[in-house]
Amino acid sequence: MRTLNVKLRRDLWTLKGQGLAIALVIASGIATLVMALASLDTLRLTQRSVYQSQRFADVFAELKRAPERIAERLIEIPGVAELETRVRAPVNVRLPGYDQPVTGLALSIPDGRQPELNRLDVREGRFPDPDRSDQALVSDAFADAHGLEPGDTLAIVIDGRFQQLTIQGIVLSPEFIYQVRPGDLLPDYERYAILWMNRSTLAAAFDMEGAFNSVVATVSPGQSPGRVVAGLDLLLAPWGGAGAYTREDQTSHRYLEDELTQLETIGTALPAIFIAVAAFLLNVVAARMIRNQREQIAVLKAFGYGNATIARHYLALAAVVVVIGSVAGLGFGLWLASLVAELYQQFFRFPWLEFRLRPQVVLTGIVIAGGATLLGTFGAVRQAFRLPPAEAMRPEPPARYRPTLMERLGIRGFSQPARIILRNLERHPWKSTLSVLGIALAVAMMMVTGFQVSAIGRMIDVQFRLVQKQDFTVTFTDPTSASAAHDLRGVPGVLYVEGFRTVPATLRHGHRSHRLSVQGYQADGRLLTLRDASLDPVQLPPDGILLTDRLGETLGVRAGDRLQVEVQEGARPVLTVRVAGLVREYIGIGAYMQRDALSRLLREGDALSGAFLAVDPREAERLPRVLEDMPRVAGVTGRERSIRVFDDLMDRSILVITFFSMGLAGIIAFAVVYNNVRIAFAERRRELATLRVLGFSHGEIRFILLGEVVLLTLLALLPGFLIGVGLSWLLTLGLQTDAYRIPFVLTPSAFALGAVVVLGATVLSSLFMLRALTRLDMVSALKAME
Amino acid sequence: MSHSATPEQAVHREAVFRARGVTRVFTLGEVEIHALRGVDLDLYAGELVVLLGASGSGKSTLLNILGGLDSATSGEVFYRDRDLSRASEAELTDFRRHHVGFVFQFYNLIPSLTALENVAIVTEIAREPMPPAEALALVGLEERADHFPAQLSGGEQQRVAIARAIAKNPAVLLCDEPTGALDSATGVRVLEVLKDVNERLGTTTAVITHNAVIAEMAHRVVRLSDGRVSDVRINTQRKSPSELHW
Repeated sequence: MRTLNVKLRRDLWTLKGQGLAIALVIASGIATLVMALASLDTLRLTQRSVYQSQRFADVFAELKRAPERIAERLIEIPGVAELETRVRAPVNVRLPGYDQPVTGLALSIPDGRQPELNRLDVREGRFPDPDRSDQALVSDAFADAHGLEPGDTLAIVIDGRFQQLTIQGIVLSPEFIYQVRPGDLLPDYERYAILWMNRSTLAAAFDMEGAFNSVVATVSPGQSPGRVVAGLDLLLAPWGGAGAYTREDQTSHRYLEDELTQLETIGTALPAIFIAVAAFLLNVVAARMIRNQREQIAVLKAFGYGNATIARHYLALAAVVVVIGSVAGLGFGLWLASLVAELYQQFFRFPWLEFRLRPQVVLTGIVIAGGATLLGTFGAVRQAFRLPPAEAMRPEPPARYRPTLMERLGIRGFSQPARIILRNLERHPWKSTLSVLGIALAVAMMMVTGFQVSAIGRMIDVQFRLVQKQDFTVTFTDPTSASAAHDLRGVPGVLYVEGFRTVPATLRHGHRSHRLSVQGYQADGRLLTLRDASLDPVQLPPDGILLTDRLGETLGVRAGDRLQVEVQEGARPVLTVRVAGLVREYIGIGAYMQRDALSRLLREGDALSGAFLAVDPREAERLPRVLEDMPRVAGVTGRERSIRVFDDLMDRSILVITFFSMGLAGIIAFAVVYNNVRIAFAERRRELATLRVLGFSHGEIRFILLGEVVLLTLLALLPGFLIGVGLSWLLTLGLQTDAYRIPFVLTPSAFALGAVVVLGATVLSSLFMLRALTRLDMVSALKAME
Repeated sequence: MSHSATPEQAVHREAVFRARGVTRVFTLGEVEIHALRGVDLDLYAGELVVLLGASGSGKSTLLNILGGLDSATSGEVFYRDRDLSRASEAELTDFRRHHVGFVFQFYNLIPSLTALENVAIVTEIAREPMPPAEALALVGLEERADHFPAQLSGGEQQRVAIARAIAKNPAVLLCDEPTGALDSATGVRVLEVLKDVNERLGTTTAVITHNAVIAEMAHRVVRLSDGRVSDVRINTQRKSPSELHW
């Protein structure tokens, strides 16, 4: 037995190349699994822990203005556990040395101390002094973007008045984990700020003394948030209530949930694909490695070793490989997971991360990868047992061959080396098919990652080039008369203006509902083109409403259905509108009407919430500043800026993850191809040495060995493409959220990526093999009997 | 039928191979194995030489060096005027390709090629080969041309190997224990083919064997022991293979 252990050690050393390749596949599979699930678990756990300890509210409500005494009645609403009133005010922010427009939101805190709900996590500095009116806290994302520190100063324009503030502290809030300007999809930390000020200061500046315009509340355990929402709506209606809503409609929470849902899909689908591929390959490769040991197994049996002992010996060999692969995969996966969690900090500003890896995750990975390896090993060992030792030790009789199908069909003219390649492949159809399938899966995995890159590019393209064409979007502080659009038209550099109206509303169909802003656009508008499922332009109907298809699904409506629109502004009418059709957008969701139709429904005159602008490109740099200073303008966003923000975030997050997936898929591709070459070499060693003796040059025998491998790779490309297309399509089904839908687009680059990587892996493996081929010892290979 | 031709009649005294003071030392870790300890040997055009020796006598090493599969540690090996002891890897490949025919103990046919194709694989790269079918006919296997190695007996496989070796019209045929894996009756049939080829084509043939019986069919017998030539004997009375038994 001790000698068998020595043999085990030596065999491991001899088979180190192949063993390492197998260990790499195991490591890649487990690393992907650990990366995806550990980062998902970490984000989930962190979310829960932050919400709990920072006392994130369950219900939110905004209103025009209510006297503080109303709060006593609000707290009586059945189901309310705790309730806090506050003041919130839109502001413009001016930073010394930064000339681009920055908008923001100022929120009140009790003078000098933590609020009861949505408590702040102080990163740096401290709370404002209770009796000072020139101090503020700023969100850490904004502070990071501008390198702000406690003690720095900034100015805000609030309600048309200029106010100088000193930054007292830098904080994080559970309410703004996803810190995005209302209406935007992605955060722009440079241009959007959240500030917190003493209640007395903010109330004085915003004309809210002894009053409030925002309410947050928690719901007692077991009580329905819906009842609290209804209660708030009822009590706040006389005070200009804009409709209370639960966490599900709170911007930050909704985006976070969306992202986590999406991550769940990627986090289960991608590793499932990876580990299935890895398991398949391990089974095949381990079996082939053992099959090459057939003679040794026979010798051991001849010496009187029992089947069980020999089986244990080879399983131990495989187990060492599994352990090495698992440990490496676990380590690498943990590192990647911490990297991914950090990347998520770009989007989601958690005060802290609670890293977690469930042991089951690791165990699952090891059981799948290890099980497949051991199963493959066991199958091959069992096959070797079936042969009587004497037979297995004898030089293998020449294998049976026959002319290939092509030759039998009468296609001739192959050279002898070409015949050798073709007949080898055809003689082992099962083995060749498995090799082709293995390489094809590697191609497919590369395509899936390549697909994500193309899909994101396509998403941006459709949203910011086909649908939105305006250079700038100006939003007004309050609905404004149409003359405001006229004023904008007068600004030098502005070429064209289209006013729009947005109305916050809850859309309801049966028991399903969704809260958003209904957009009213100009009927003959040129700056925004809605598109149907095939991306052809769609005209806004004279009456009725268009919904993005995602929203249609959420609400369960089709063209022709009737939809209840509960307006959350002004007189808050409840309207019934016909769904005129569905439109396709990949980013966000929307409900669109003609502006005139919307005004008619609201029984209001021609009011505008904002305007789209086309401008002279030469003035694009200067215009935001000018526009922002105009009366009633709340904010200005540029389309180019949106694209840049989007690209930038994608580059830093999804593409990084994609890059790692690509690396892992590349490793798998290499491991498969390398093992193919290795085994082909072991099997052909004698044949190749004979040909060398007969006077074939290195180049000529290279052709025979590598020709087979290259042919297998080429044969694998087409099935690989097909599997890749299928997997990509499955992935689009899983990646449907309100924030964005991944479109199913496959660019040539995705195909090229798959092909280039496996061909590269083939070339690399071949180069590794060339050394062995050059050192091929003719004399010993002729004597040795396999 | 027996031949009584003297070597002088059967052989032109032109040396095809000339080896002088050939040594070959294998270094295995810290041990040096002297496989050849200074061998002088000439092979003449058209003769059939048997290199006789026990296992470990150095006969295979000598054959490998003559065939360009291995290089001498010291000494000179000339094939006609070509210096094999100083030839590069590529020159040795070219030498094997165009001038040497090999026959191995275990045939070493390519299992995926038919008998005819196993011959063709060599004629395709040779300079002035005979048609593969003709080579097969020479060894009496024209009927089995389309059979794969798995469908041929051991003796037949060895005859295909001989056909493969002679099809390129080599100057020299080197056979390493050609009957080692065969029973005596089949072995005799293979030796008859070798003799036949030697006489009809005049190919210089060297057969290495540990089987002293086979030596009786040679023009000349070179006995090797302990890495040296211990004895060279000219057969005045050559036996025909059919008279050999072992």
